[in-house]
Amino acid sequence: VGLAGMAGAARAETDEPNSWEEITRYNNFYEFGTAKGDPVKYADAMTIDPWSVRIDGLVDRPGDYAFDDIMAKMAVEERIYRFRCVEAWSMVIPWNGFELSDLLDLAGVQSGAKYVAFETYLNRQEMRGTRFPVLEWPYVEGLRLDEALHPLTIMATGIYGRDIPKQNGAPLRLVVPWKYGFKSIKSVVRITLTDSEPPTSWNKANAREYGFYSNVNPEVDHPRWSQASERRIGGGLFAERLPTQMFNGYAGEVADLYDGMDLRKLF
Amino acid sequence: MDMRELVNSWARRLPTWVVYLALAAPAPWLFFLAVTGGLGVDPVKALEHEYGLIALQLLIAGLCITPLRRYAGVSLLKFRRALGLLAFCYVVLHLLVWAVLDVQAFDRVWADIVKRPYITIGMTALLLMLPLAATSNNLSLRRLGPRWRQLHRLTYAVAVLAAVHFVWLRKGWQVEPLVYLLAILVLLGLRTVPRNRGRMVGRPSRDSRA
Repeated sequence: VGLAGMAGAARAETDEPNSWEEITRYNNFYEFGTAKGDPVKYADAMTIDPWSVRIDGLVDRPGDYAFDDIMAKMAVEERIYRFRCVEAWSMVIPWNGFELSDLLDLAGVQSGAKYVAFETYLNRQEMRGTRFPVLEWPYVEGLRLDEALHPLTIMATGIYGRDIPKQNGAPLRLVVPWKYGFKSIKSVVRITLTDSEPPTSWNKANAREYGFYSNVNPEVDHPRWSQASERRIGGGLFAERLPTQMFNGYAGEVADLYDGMDLRKLF
Repeated sequence: MDMRELVNSWARRLPTWVVYLALAAPAPWLFFLAVTGGLGVDPVKALEHEYGLIALQLLIAGLCITPLRRYAGVSLLKFRRALGLLAFCYVVLHLLVWAVLDVQAFDRVWADIVKRPYITIGMTALLLMLPLAATSNNLSLRRLGPRWRQLHRLTYAVAVLAAVHFVWLRKGWQVEPLVYLLAILVLLGLRTVPRNRGRMVGRPSRDSRA
């Protein structure tokens, strides 16, 4: 075993998936409150059955797609991804889901489409956190079309082979593993193909701190904290910080999407 | 016996060391919880936050002493030193958890203090507490005389800076830290209310009273 083998082993050790408890009891889902423990306490109030996703904008077959119909047509597989929050903590999560591009194929993306906009479910009775204007509700996110069609980009419907819990964004959520966690919008009810860059929630709240792209980048600090390293959840009180990897370790797969772009400006 | 006298007589009988002990106890207890998983899956942030929050709460408790005496006739003055000193101890613990367990490297700690305004503000609040903690003994109180009171008004600045630090470190405008900031501003505002309205209004009539 050479050095590469050793490095591989160390990498594998730090990339051991987090436990179900860690993944499902430590969440940011501000619609249910801003504390990490709020979503697991209060997300149960959210109605997820029946559920449908409206796909509209620049598509051939706009309409409301029932969740069960989507699931009948999609090939669900396991994807173990690193998950890096903009707050500088991280996890490794074994998602179950399907590629977003397969879902978009259902609706038929038109040639003029350049961006994909996403919207989270909003019901103020069921979501106690929406009583406060921490963000503008509903939560919205967006990707460039090539990012959305990238094979790493999935819609997750499960974790550890079980249905995805409500606090993690049931019944289906976006997962873009090379971007900060807030891009991976939860409990999606609407997907709109557009020809212009859609507004995104954190960018609207504070454009200086949160850009449209929000790619994981250890060289570009958040104005209020360093992004060079991260705390891996589950290591306990005395765990060492891990160095954050460019594009969260997925540079080999996605770096070419950003060829020629100044990632300091387009952060 | 009315409520006020009940509290006052209870406070007279309660030894100060009991207050020290009761308010210091959460520090080791929280550390034990953090080590054993009782503070959740991110114990570093949880412990950092808990120590900082307790410090802020003790600062606020200290700011309540004067208005309580003035508006409710309740005297808890003998506990104020304990509140201030323990607030200082919790701030130091807060700093240590952040520097040693969270950031983990001195150069990054220093870079954060210099570069990140909300950390600069928090650090300023801590530094302003140093002379207060150092002069919280009876000897300094006697030696400094009236200057001691002036010096310890720094507490007002410390409390405001600490609350701004809390508001600023959260993502977005969150309710909890804003409530703390508001409470501090109200407690400071109460101190600007003239002590005796009659005298204020009647200031020119000082001679006539003689």
